[in-house]
Amino acid sequence: MAIAARDFRELRLDGMSRNFGTVNALKGVTLNVRRGEFIALLGPSGCGKSTALNCLAGLLTLSGGSIWLDKTRIDRLAPEERGFGMVFQNYALFPHMSVRKNIGFGLNMQGRPKAEIERKVDEALAIVRLGDQGEKLPGQLSGGQQQRVAIARAIVIEPPLVLMDEPLSNLDAKLRLEMRAEIRRIHELIGSATIYVTHDQEEALSLADRIVVMRAGEVRQVGTPEDLYVRPAHADVAEFMGYRNQIRSRATKSGNLVNVSIGGVSLQGTPIENVSDGEVVAAVRPDDLKVAAGGPISATVESAQYHGHDFYCLGRTDEGIELYFRLSQKVKKGDAVRLAADADRVLVYSRAAP
Amino acid sequence: MSERAVNAAPERMPLRVRLALHDLDAVTLLVLPAVIFVIALFVYPFVYGFVLSFQPKTGDWLTNYRKFFSDPFLYDTIGATFRLAIPATLINVLISVPVALRVRRLERRRVLTTILVVPITLGTVLIAQGLLIYLGPQGWFNRVMAIIGVGQVRLVHNYVGVMLSLIMSGFPFTFLLTLSYLTGIDPSLEQAASTLGAKARARFVHILLPLLAQGLAINLCLSFVQTFSVFPSAVLLGAPAGETRVISIAAYQAAYEQYNYSMASAVAMIMGFCQLAVVVLILAGRNFVYRGAVTGGKG
Repeated sequence: MAIAARDFRELRLDGMSRNFGTVNALKGVTLNVRRGEFIALLGPSGCGKSTALNCLAGLLTLSGGSIWLDKTRIDRLAPEERGFGMVFQNYALFPHMSVRKNIGFGLNMQGRPKAEIERKVDEALAIVRLGDQGEKLPGQLSGGQQQRVAIARAIVIEPPLVLMDEPLSNLDAKLRLEMRAEIRRIHELIGSATIYVTHDQEEALSLADRIVVMRAGEVRQVGTPEDLYVRPAHADVAEFMGYRNQIRSRATKSGNLVNVSIGGVSLQGTPIENVSDGEVVAAVRPDDLKVAAGGPISATVESAQYHGHDFYCLGRTDEGIELYFRLSQKVKKGDAVRLAADADRVLVYSRAAP
Repeated sequence: MSERAVNAAPERMPLRVRLALHDLDAVTLLVLPAVIFVIALFVYPFVYGFVLSFQPKTGDWLTNYRKFFSDPFLYDTIGATFRLAIPATLINVLISVPVALRVRRLERRRVLTTILVVPITLGTVLIAQGLLIYLGPQGWFNRVMAIIGVGQVRLVHNYVGVMLSLIMSGFPFTFLLTLSYLTGIDPSLEQAASTLGAKARARFVHILLPLLAQGLAINLCLSFVQTFSVFPSAVLLGAPAGETRVISIAAYQAAYEQYNYSMASAVAMIMGFCQLAVVVLILAGRNFVYRGAVTGGKG
């Protein structure tokens, strides 16, 4: 399959905003998407990521800003004139049409000849591995199969851009992993740009070329999965990327690093934001807080959840600070542990920053 | 004691359990009042009327029916009723679709819905009264017509008057029903269709209409049955001896002017048969349209 209509080099969102009454759901989002790129819009519920997607699809009109495909402004176009494929959270398959009719709907609307529609529907069914299910109604398929039909229906029109709105959130855990791999495979196969909305950081990390982290209608950080995982730009992004330990503290400069006091002890960390005023948040992943015999922090285990290859533990320091950490050997409530973290894995953010 | 019972009949379950397996338990008894009601107020009168219609005062058992179908003054009422009921039903149901399509997008849907529902609460007689005065020879409508120079326009005491009344009192029902069917259709289906390139007209033809078809069939049935039994507006606003002499008037005259209950029952049976025939026809047509869920996947 190849991209037919409206192929582009760059999709540009320029100050895209949207209000609902007095609520600013989207506050001036600016972003460039390159041809064939996989972008994940990541954020907690209510952050405006679905609003952004609906604005791109044309299902919502913008309150401000503009959307450009290369030199063409498209934000005033109706959804049917944009030619983007969209996969809905609830799949939105037409319940009265067979799988084949569902997939062929877009081509039918374009007035393509029957033979061409048949051929392309066959091709799309093969891509999503549903070759023998074409005559069924959507209601007769399982959730995962319905999801594949929804994807096939969106990609069969060979759109330059595919929009996906939390497509995996209705599937069970095992199927979600399978479909995740499928989506990436299909993306690479058809070569369209994909914008994928999710609240699941793991999904975003494993699928996307670049992740856009959103919060309260604003873009907080744009970067590759590695960027975001290793060096979140703000404390709230860090929290969303799995930096579960967010310790409010005071910091003093020490060369390129800073010393943060956690409980009574001092720990070296890397400043990410300007922390000259000393009021900071130190963010550490549970995986980076290691149990070490000579570790500076002493804590008592409060709870330990068995996660298969390790234990996910909650500990409390003598000063009452809660710390999450991972541990490979078995511990039980009340055990004393000593914890340490490398200076480059303790990220220090300003508390004054928004 | 209990042990012995178990030993005596090991594979025999207690009666209560066996009944429960067939969904019969104490709670089932709660349907009894409803069953009694239906029997007393529907089944018994119906059967009584059916039998009575075959027991004429004079002549053999088919006399009433023979009389009905040989007297044009009687059998023409069927045509007169259909001439009113079918257009009124079609107009009500067909207009309700575009109105409901528009109304579901309104923010103040409730206000408009309330306004449209008012005619239901007023009742046929009040609507008839209003129309008689407003459209009558001395009413506003004809005064305006006179000023414009059109002259008298007769809209009451004829077919048009009854039709107007049937639309005014029937439309709110069909509208509310259509609106509820329409709002039940998952809005993401239409959105999906539009992202796939379907313009408003194509979305209506390919998505909304097929999903609405079953609801419209039910709507047609209910609306038809309601308009077929038109009586007050046919008398008050129509020409009850002429073009709007509907079948219910024939039944009324047989019962309360000629005191021939047997004949009146026969007319009522014929009326019921006509309604049933149309309803069966519509429901049979329903088999050709999609009848299933109107959402597009898992909630």
